[in-house]
Amino acid sequence: MTMKTSGNATAAATGRGETSPALRLGLDPQDYLELTQLLATYAAVVDAANWDAWCAMFIDDCIYKLIPRENFERGLPLATMDFESKGMLKDRAFAIRETLFHDPYYQRHVVGAPRVLEVHPDRIVCESNYAVFRTKLSELTTVFNVGRYLDTVVRADDGWKFASRLCIYDSEMIPNSIIYPV
Amino acid sequence: MAQQAPSVFPASPSWDGAGTSKIPFSVYTSDELHRRELDRFFYRKHWSYVGLEAEIPNRGDFKRTVVGERSVLLVRDKQGAIHVVENVCAHRGMQFCRERHGNRSEFTCPYHQWSYTLSGDLQGVPFRRGVRQDGKVNGGMPADFDLKQNGLTQLKVACRGGVVFASFDHDVESLEDYIGPAILHYFDRLFDGRKLKILGYNRQRIPGNWKLMQENIKDPYHPGLLHTWFVTFGLWRADNKSELKMDRHHRHAAMISTRGQSGKADQVTQVSSFKESMQLQDDRFLDIVPEAWWGGPSAVMTTLFPSVILQQQVNSVSTRHIQPDGHGAFNFEWTHFGFEDDDAAMTRRRLRQANLFGPAGFVSADDGEVIEFSQRGFDSKPGHRALAELGGREVGDTDHMVTETLIRGMYRYWREVMEDGQ
Repeated sequence: MTMKTSGNATAAATGRGETSPALRLGLDPQDYLELTQLLATYAAVVDAANWDAWCAMFIDDCIYKLIPRENFERGLPLATMDFESKGMLKDRAFAIRETLFHDPYYQRHVVGAPRVLEVHPDRIVCESNYAVFRTKLSELTTVFNVGRYLDTVVRADDGWKFASRLCIYDSEMIPNSIIYPV
Repeated sequence: MAQQAPSVFPASPSWDGAGTSKIPFSVYTSDELHRRELDRFFYRKHWSYVGLEAEIPNRGDFKRTVVGERSVLLVRDKQGAIHVVENVCAHRGMQFCRERHGNRSEFTCPYHQWSYTLSGDLQGVPFRRGVRQDGKVNGGMPADFDLKQNGLTQLKVACRGGVVFASFDHDVESLEDYIGPAILHYFDRLFDGRKLKILGYNRQRIPGNWKLMQENIKDPYHPGLLHTWFVTFGLWRADNKSELKMDRHHRHAAMISTRGQSGKADQVTQVSSFKESMQLQDDRFLDIVPEAWWGGPSAVMTTLFPSVILQQQVNSVSTRHIQPDGHGAFNFEWTHFGFEDDDAAMTRRRLRQANLFGPAGFVSADDGEVIEFSQRGFDSKPGHRALAELGGREVGDTDHMVTETLIRGMYRYWREVMEDGQ
C-alpha cells in the first residue's frame, strides 16, 4: 500500500470494502502523519518536563482541561485543571517551577493511535487513549493516570497546534496529587 | 547526661502531662487507636457528613458514600424524605449496591434477591414459605422469621441548609447542639437555605492519617509559608484580618479571614509581598467578586469534626469529605457547588477559582504532599512527637492567625474521648 498525499482516498485504500474513518472523512494522509507527530511530540514534551514547549503547543485562545470521567459523563462542569488560555498554561508552568511544593517525579506517557472523529479545513477532532506512569525517586513505577484525550487541533502558520485538549481520566482516585499536566 | 533513649516503638501514646502541644507520633500510626477512633468518633455520639440534598434531587435518587469506613446509601424515598441506610445486606452481609449514584424504586441484593424499601425495610425474601413439591413444603424460613427485624441498618439523619449528616448512634445530640452556636453561625452563613447547584467532584487518595487533614485546616501557620502561590499573587496579605473560633468542646473550628481593605481590588490580586513583580499571565484565576452573603469575611474554612471541611475561599465553595481507610490513608472527596441564583459568569468564576483547590490545586496539591511525608516521618519513629506550640500551649479563640491553638484544641477533645474509661 502506498501513502497517498491527496485527500479523498476511499475504499480503494484498503481493498476490503472497509475504509478507516480518517480516510472516509477525507483526511489527507500527510495531515494524519503530522497529527500523529503532534501527539507524539506532546508526550515527549511533558515527559521531558519542558513546560515552555508544552505551552507553545497550544494556540493563545486554547482550552486545556483535566476532567474526571465521572464529571464528563454526568455533564458536571468541574475539572481538576481548567485552563482557558495560553496565559493560564504559563501560570501553571510558573507554579510548577516556583510555588508548588511537591515530591519530584518522572512521568511517562504511552499514547495510542489517534481515532479521527471530524475533519474540517485546517481543523481535526480526534481522540486517543493514554496511560501515564509515575516514577518517584527511590520508588517503584506505578500507573498514575489513565484516560483518553479528546482533541481539537488546528493548522497554524507554524504547524498544527492544540485549540482544545481535554484529558478525560478513568482513574477514580488521584494518587495524592497531580502537579504536572497530563 | 545519663538518660535512657525512649523506645522507638512505644506500647501506647505518651503525652506530656495534660497538655496537647506535643502530639505523640503514635496517634497517627496505631491500628488499635484507629479502630477506637472509628468507634468513638465515627460510629458513636458524632454526626458525619454524607452529602448534599442537591445530589439526590428526585424521588428514588441515591448516592453511595461512607460514614467512617462503613458503606452507606444516602437516598430520597418515594415521599421525598431523606434516609441513610447501611449498604450491608441483612442476610449475608454483602455490600450490595455497587453503583455510586442512580435512581431506584427499591434496593435488591443480587446474591439472594432480598429486597428492601428505599428507607431500608425488608420487603421480602425468596422462598420464605418454602417450595411445594410432591405434596410437601421444602425449606423456607422459620415461622418466626420477622421481616421487621431484618431490615438494613438505618442511620439517624439530620439535614440543615441542604447538607445531610448521619449517625449510627440514635441517641446522638441534635445536629445544632453538636455543631454549637459559634460554628453554626458560619455553617448557616454558607448554607443559608438557597438551593445548591452541584458543579462536580474531585477524588484523591492521600497516604496519611485522616486527622492530618483536619489539622491542615486548623493550621493557619502554613498557608503563607507552604502555599507561596497565595503570597506571590497577593491573596495572603499581611493586612488580612483574621479570627479563629471553636465550639465549646474544641472539636470544630472556623478560620475566618478578611482581605485587607487598603488598596483597590485589582491591587490585591497583583501586589505581592513575596515576589514584588509577579503578575498572573491570566488574572481571571483571581477574578474575585464579593458576594452579599459573605457579610465581610472573604474566606472561612470550617472544620466539622471528624468528617468534613466546609470551604469558602473567595468565590470557590466546596465540601471536602474525609473518608478514612486504615490508620495510614484516607480518601478525600471534594464536592464543588454553586447556588441556584448564580448566573453563567459566576458559575464560570467558581469553576476557574476551583483551579486553586483540589488534587491539582495551586494551593491544595501541596497539602497532600506534606501530609504524605509527615506520615512517613511518623511511621519511621512512632515514639517521637510533633509540636504544636505556636502561640503558646493553651487552647482558646484568637483574633490572629499566628497560633496552632486549633490543633491543640482538637487534641484536647481527642484525649477526653479516647482516654475516657481507660
